[in-house]
Amino acid sequence: MRTRFIETLCRLAQEDDRIWLICGDLGYSVLEAFRDRFPNRYLNAGVAEQNMTTMAAGLAHSGKIVFTYSIANFPVMRCLEQIRNDVCYHNLPVKVVAVGGGLAYGTQGYTHHGVEDLAVTRVLPNMTVFAPGDPWEAECVTESAAALPGPCYIRLGKAGEPVVHEERPAFRVGEPLTLRTGTDVAILSTGGMLVTALAAAQLLQEKGILASVVSVPTIQPFSDTAFVFAGKPAAFVATVEEHAEGGLATIVAERIAFGGYDTRLLPFRLGREPLSVAGSQEELRAMKGLSSQAIASNIHQWLST
Amino acid sequence: MTINNAIATSTRATQLRAHALRMVHAVNASHIGTCLSMADLLAVLYGGILNVHPSEPQWPNRDRLILSKGHGAAILYAALAEAGFFAVDELATYCQKGSQFTGHISHHIPGVEVSTGSLGHGLSFGTGMALASKADGLNWRVFVILSDGELDEGSNWEPILLAPHLKLDNLIAIVDYNKIQSFGRVDEVLPLEPLKAKWEAFGWEVQEVDGHDHQALHATLGTIPFKPGKPSVVIAHTIKGKGVSFMENELAWHYRSPNELLLEQALAELGCNS
Repeated sequence: MRTRFIETLCRLAQEDDRIWLICGDLGYSVLEAFRDRFPNRYLNAGVAEQNMTTMAAGLAHSGKIVFTYSIANFPVMRCLEQIRNDVCYHNLPVKVVAVGGGLAYGTQGYTHHGVEDLAVTRVLPNMTVFAPGDPWEAECVTESAAALPGPCYIRLGKAGEPVVHEERPAFRVGEPLTLRTGTDVAILSTGGMLVTALAAAQLLQEKGILASVVSVPTIQPFSDTAFVFAGKPAAFVATVEEHAEGGLATIVAERIAFGGYDTRLLPFRLGREPLSVAGSQEELRAMKGLSSQAIASNIHQWLST
Repeated sequence: MTINNAIATSTRATQLRAHALRMVHAVNASHIGTCLSMADLLAVLYGGILNVHPSEPQWPNRDRLILSKGHGAAILYAALAEAGFFAVDELATYCQKGSQFTGHISHHIPGVEVSTGSLGHGLSFGTGMALASKADGLNWRVFVILSDGELDEGSNWEPILLAPHLKLDNLIAIVDYNKIQSFGRVDEVLPLEPLKAKWEAFGWEVQEVDGHDHQALHATLGTIPFKPGKPSVVIAHTIKGKGVSFMENELAWHYRSPNELLLEQALAELGCNS
């Protein structure tokens, strides 16, 4: 995803000289493409995310469209007040990009697990929050982020995620993307869990359960059409996210309550307890029940009761 | 000419002090001490230093001023009103129900670039603006007024480190060094000295000035940048509560608001009896 992100950003910057990129001294082997092509619109702010973010606000206040870039929590948590006050309150076109969201930096420990980012960004004023599920979605949300007049947050995976969409999807900000249809259960996935959600749906099909799979690349704003199909809410919804409380499951629960929908919800997500052991992304996901096998098995059991 | 300017801005500073006193009195607001310490700075900045057009607040080539010590809002609102950004009458709505004149400075007010209130944000904002001005080959400048206590915030030292690296000689920091912060004297809470040496060590061109001497302020602020290729910082030595004898150098006036009697006394000392 990060590769598609920087390719897309370079293309956009070629067309629009208002686009800037500021990094917090991270981006080795990724950002060079932008740095070398647009040296006057690129800045390494040093290991100083607070300054990076508010400086981006200052540039944006002066007519620039500024992408800030760092890994996991660093461009979000360290500078959350800067995002809240300087970027969001002033409604400025600063686009905060976190690469390696979720458990992508699995072995590096909890400091590098970006697992509360969606919860904190989605409640900020004027903020649009993206968590693309594959490189195509990463390209689409990068384009939309550049075009939107206000602040955005983009949670990216790392590199090497498989392409899920066979072709460029018909992406619109705030709209879900349906990858598979099925009438027994709707599986909603955000961010890098999309492949796992699809694999779970396949396993369920082998057990005779037909699952729809819906990718939710835009967390905020969120459209109920992610689980209300043609005006009819799905009876059973499972959410899949590499995130703690406050993310997709919480949003869907709110929507079910506010909409008065006759829908049952089964969340697959991380708990509030930090993961304090090493492991690859896949291993850590599995420890928290975020493998396709565990998801399929739990949905099967849930629907059987 | 300089002497005439100094007389004019000195008179203006007294007006601003009177406005701020009436404003905080009306709503029992805090922060009069910090307003009074920078009255002279604001009077000089809006009295010929800043290149702004009050009739066109968003004029693209304007100099930008950021009040990073956003709790001093009352007197910046007063300065903007007297400069002509909006009617002086509007100051009466300060902190009133539904008013956009909030207790910490608001960008919803004409002439205010940035909302602040949480300390340690303004200088980074100004660094980004100054970078944009440079990148676009323009000449507008960015002035950022900081408090002394605000320099406790580590976030300030990130742009203090970066701005010289970027050679932003269109960025001017002004420290309202009144020596008293929120809960004590600066030299007791978290000493800043040697403050000039710290800025110099980070690569800024520093000038110290008596923040209440209008001739000195005109002379200092009129020669920016102090050195081409380097950001400038003015360390303005000021007195918290300046101009009202019983408020000067008193921590309590970070919080207290004058009652009717004390307001009259204060205005009398300023020669501004209502």
